[in-house]
Amino acid sequence: MAHAHTTTDIIYGLYTDETDLLHAVKQAGDAHMDIWNVYTPFPVHGLDPLLGLSESRLHIAGFIFGSLGLLTAFLGMSWIFTRDWPVIFGGKPYWPVPSFIPITFELTVLFAAIGMVVTFYTVSGMGPGTMYPILDPRITDDKFCIAFDKTSMTGSDVDAINNFFENTGAAEIHSKEIA
Amino acid sequence: MSAPISPVRNPLITGSKTYHQITEDLCSPTERAPNPTWVIAFLISVTVFGFGLFCIAWTIWKGIGTWGSNRTIGWAWDITNFVWWIGIGHAGTLISAILLLFRQKWRTGVNRAAEAMTIFAVMCAALFPGIHVGRAWVVFYFFPYPNTRGPLWPNFNSPLLWDLFAISTYFTVSLLFWYTGLVPDFATVRDRAKGIRKKVYNVLSFGWTGAAKHWQRWESLSLVLAGIATPLVLSVHTIVSFDFATSVIPGWHTTIFPPYFVAGAIFSGFAMVLTLMLITRKVLSLEDYITIEHVESMNKVILATGSIVGVAYLTELFIAWYSGYIYEQFAFFNRAVGIYWWSYFGMMACNVISPQFFWSKKLRRNVTFTFFMSIFINIGMWFERFVIIATTLARDYLPSSWSFYKPTWVEIGIYLGTMGLFFTLYLIFVRVAPVVAIAEVKSILKSSGDQYVKGHETYHETAPLREVHH
Repeated sequence: MAHAHTTTDIIYGLYTDETDLLHAVKQAGDAHMDIWNVYTPFPVHGLDPLLGLSESRLHIAGFIFGSLGLLTAFLGMSWIFTRDWPVIFGGKPYWPVPSFIPITFELTVLFAAIGMVVTFYTVSGMGPGTMYPILDPRITDDKFCIAFDKTSMTGSDVDAINNFFENTGAAEIHSKEIA
Repeated sequence: MSAPISPVRNPLITGSKTYHQITEDLCSPTERAPNPTWVIAFLISVTVFGFGLFCIAWTIWKGIGTWGSNRTIGWAWDITNFVWWIGIGHAGTLISAILLLFRQKWRTGVNRAAEAMTIFAVMCAALFPGIHVGRAWVVFYFFPYPNTRGPLWPNFNSPLLWDLFAISTYFTVSLLFWYTGLVPDFATVRDRAKGIRKKVYNVLSFGWTGAAKHWQRWESLSLVLAGIATPLVLSVHTIVSFDFATSVIPGWHTTIFPPYFVAGAIFSGFAMVLTLMLITRKVLSLEDYITIEHVESMNKVILATGSIVGVAYLTELFIAWYSGYIYEQFAFFNRAVGIYWWSYFGMMACNVISPQFFWSKKLRRNVTFTFFMSIFINIGMWFERFVIIATTLARDYLPSSWSFYKPTWVEIGIYLGTMGLFFTLYLIFVRVAPVVAIAEVKSILKSSGDQYVKGHETYHETAPLREVHH
């Protein structure tokens, strides 16, 4: 990810097919090349293990927020009907657990969904108006991009990367300095 | 990469599209100036919506007496329209959530528009409970919040309150799910845009870059949201049916209501998706993305759910007879041959008989026929709710209080107004957002694009899954 207040010198190759991208990423991994980031127009399956990305933990966040919703709803209703303001409705008990099921379920889902979505945008650093430097506008169209950070690379390292891009069938190779 | 290609599936993307062509085709409707048809449709929708707003203001100003409801028939068009709209709002989440879990690829062509439709339909639906309470300015009393009136809490035993929670949750979750799906596509539009458009789409796209880790999280989020939205969508109409089923009104007090309402909701929701998508694909030339395969798949869902609804109607009749309970028997006798017999007839003809035509493959794949059927089903499902609500209430226990209901111009105006709202929002949606999910369609191109599935006919029956290597 880009660091604040420093410029990063990026060299990136664009591929036209996800198959080529996967082969290239695999080759880069085998050669122990340090990939800065990979950008694709749609989720490419099989990419995560090649990049060594660990499984997303969003579902854990979902479980925690869902549990919070469940407890909020159930304990909240229980407190209201048994402690704060007990009322007899149609001769039923003060604590009518089956009646609480629908609202408890709904709030579990509501909390889980809102919590997960907020977590997703927070950990991904995204939100309304967030701006990230865009390496190439065609990445969201039809280009698959592998980017390397060449800020601290020597000339021969850059040559190696150029060779790598050419050998793996990159359609285009570009450099870009990003803030 | 190799994509497994099913030998028995027909292509879902035709016209030998490349990734770039998909972007072009699906972004261009948001990029060109609106055509006169759109402008006319939009003006009509806004005008009708405006009239609806006037009728709502009239209701709030003059009181609920401006409606045709009376002491016997306390619920009529308001709740009929509420249930009708909320039912229509069920297809979107079914398509995007349940079909995602079942890995149905045809989902990608229609999920975006269906989810948008869900959100707009739920907005139309939520309007009715809000205004039918009479004193709409204190409608926030519904919500349990610490207040200075005691504190006085709502009754958590009440299905009407459960409904408030169900619909609020459904709306919120559907909106989050829909918007999360839209973010990568807004980024695609942003990267093609210039000037002020670029700024607007930059805000809408939340700074999406397409990084591998973001895609991974995005897919994880979509999957878990689908997982929790699946029971949610089933719960919503179940709880709507509780509004009736937990009462002690003959004809309402039945345990079949939850599954029957859910099936009916999916049935009507798919009908509305078809009505809209058949127009949209024609007007925006999206025939390569919303193909006859998509139409046929949706017609199969309509056939299945329509048949469930039909079985439910017959089961209700049988149980009414078999129960030996004369009030229950009378409720159904009254529905079929009472003063509102024509709405029962309309319901039976449109919901039970008409979907049976879809046993024919030829008719399932006929766009014109499907379009008319989708309209019939929407009408039929409206009649169903009218039969359940107004017809049943019109003949209650005491013959001295039997009554008749007909809507006033105010109620008709509000109903038309919700149509206006629905189409206004939909027309804005097709101008602002890609109607078909761009990234998701690209992700199925290699497995469902016609250039990759060519020759599939010869693989019928015998061939196992084959792998295509590039």
